[in-house]
Amino acid sequence: MLGLMLKETARLLSEGKVSAAELCAACVARARQVQQLNVFITETYDTAQKQAAESAQRHREGRRLHVLDGIPVTIKDAFSTAGVRTTCASRILRDYIPPYSATMVQRLVDRGAVSLGKTNMDEFAMGCGSVDSLFGPVRNPWRYNFTTTTTTTTNKHTRAIRDSSQDSKGKNMQMRTMHHHHVTSTEDSDWFITGGSSGGSAVAVATGICKAALGSDTGGSVRNPASYCGVVGLKPTYGLLSRHGLIPLVNSLDVPGIFTRCVDDAAIVLGALAGHDPWDSTTVPDAFHPFSLPEDIDVTHLHVGIPKEYHAPHLSEETLHTWREVADMFEDAGAKVSQVSLPHTPYSIVCYSVLCAAEVASNMARYDGLEFGHRGSDESSTEALYAQTRHEGFNDVVRGRILAGNYFLLKRHYDHYFIQAQRIRRLIADDFKTVFDSGVDILLTPTTLSPAWPYSWFVKADNRTRTEQEDVFTQPVNLAGIPAVNVPVALSEAGLPIGLQLIGPSFQERTLLAAAKWVEQQVNFPHLQLPEP
Amino acid sequence: MNHLKQLYKAPVVGRNVLVAIARSLSSKVPPEPTWQEIDESKLPEPTKIDQDTIDHLERLALVDFANKEGIERLEAAIRFADQMFLVDTSGVKPMDSVLEDRELYLRDDRVTEGNCKEEILKNAGKVEEDYFVAPQGNIPLPKKEEYKR
Repeated sequence: MLGLMLKETARLLSEGKVSAAELCAACVARARQVQQLNVFITETYDTAQKQAAESAQRHREGRRLHVLDGIPVTIKDAFSTAGVRTTCASRILRDYIPPYSATMVQRLVDRGAVSLGKTNMDEFAMGCGSVDSLFGPVRNPWRYNFTTTTTTTTNKHTRAIRDSSQDSKGKNMQMRTMHHHHVTSTEDSDWFITGGSSGGSAVAVATGICKAALGSDTGGSVRNPASYCGVVGLKPTYGLLSRHGLIPLVNSLDVPGIFTRCVDDAAIVLGALAGHDPWDSTTVPDAFHPFSLPEDIDVTHLHVGIPKEYHAPHLSEETLHTWREVADMFEDAGAKVSQVSLPHTPYSIVCYSVLCAAEVASNMARYDGLEFGHRGSDESSTEALYAQTRHEGFNDVVRGRILAGNYFLLKRHYDHYFIQAQRIRRLIADDFKTVFDSGVDILLTPTTLSPAWPYSWFVKADNRTRTEQEDVFTQPVNLAGIPAVNVPVALSEAGLPIGLQLIGPSFQERTLLAAAKWVEQQVNFPHLQLPEP
Repeated sequence: MNHLKQLYKAPVVGRNVLVAIARSLSSKVPPEPTWQEIDESKLPEPTKIDQDTIDHLERLALVDFANKEGIERLEAAIRFADQMFLVDTSGVKPMDSVLEDRELYLRDDRVTEGNCKEEILKNAGKVEEDYFVAPQGNIPLPKKEEYKR
């Protein structure tokens, strides 16, 4: 049940072969089994079980709401959820309880999806490792040595887990309070990072805790962890999915993203979420038509572009090899494959860093401690209170970006840095437009420079440096506002997932996902297998 | 071309190997990186931030981060951003939003929700008689003496 795709699970639910309550219980058990990975900031198992019971009732009465009715999902803790703590992994929002739900969350709830909890992430979505969180880093399940038990997670051999909480005949779960022990110690650091910033959501899908998860993608925060965790990570076109209730990082780049185990599932979730929202004026008013993908995909009419600048410095041998293999697969199947050029690619990350810092400086101004969130104790003056509140509430990464953003926005630098970055943004967007206008249907590139890094290596440099290095393939897509998806393709020699990115023109998610599904069918990626909880 | 010469002289080479080699020679994926990281010498002098700017930024940002590490990180971020000046952007218009060619959606000017005082005040740390409470304004931030350049 836990290894099944969303589509298959929905079928079993509608045929009455599995009940939503059973499914929810199994997912909660899996979540507890892999608790060391630190997936959740806030668990909502009790409400989930209640929602699942209601879904089971609806199914029994033949009143299923939607294909997502009863399907377990998880939500990145950057999306507001009414009545449920929403923190963005930051001290400044540690006890914040939103009075409303984000549109993306509401659409899932309205269709009967069952939410298991709010997932862990980099603080305020700043980072590409999911290691900078108030609640401790998220750990990659691949190659992970689960220590409470006698189990190792491999793809071939599994042994039964003996968890002491289940010694009295299986079903007896330990009572857990909402604020369970978060895995903050990093002494045993021979595990791999999940990528970020939506690491928790990626792991939740990879380990079978849920069938789909919400993330957000500003510079690669969905595609990066999808690549490291071996799952499908879709960043739709800017303007397709509503950002109402998504705590903003960079308003002109943020997009809600979708994690699933396979491409068909991503199409299903996209169908439920996409479309105009009057609450978000940056969503386009065009009608969105949900689609499903055919089983037989003909790539002979597809023109695939290989942007040469995406062979960037430090691209790992194995990722390069995988990229080449899939490019050749397309060609062997009759697709037209050509090398193309996106000449401003090397400057994209620089442009992104300036725009990001500038918009962050603006967006973070709302955290002053007066209306919500953490409040300092220095009442000597407004500014002293603000400075103390923000110093205590934000981590170094966030404060560093705010400072940089304010520097770039100083009157004397405004044109020099900020406007220059906006000009380069147009050049990047135009690069893509030129290539797509010339007849290319989709682009095939690596998603990340390499498979996941060990935590101990990753933290040797600061967050800013890592983002500068690792976001190279993902953030140009955000600057242009076009859709892209990570497809897990193969495992490295070390047993870690390697993913590839497909990029399409605006609002062409159907073509993009069809190509992605084709790749998925050819490569038969060995998904993570864990023993039954 | 060197590869082919060597191949000719090599002992019997399996078909798989030949196919692999032929494929890597014809693959559309470039075999080597097509660019290098920016040469620092092409950039202008690295910016060193003076005390006045630090104080000014502190007042604007209000994050209390002007310690040695914070300033170093800021200078590194600026250095990185300096790479932008290697790009010729003459005649290029700045881009605010990818939706610039579309008309912004405007809804009817009708009140559709409100009356949610409880919810709005609920998350505030200090509330007095339905007001948010702030300390006195218009008092400049005291200058920090700890960090001097």
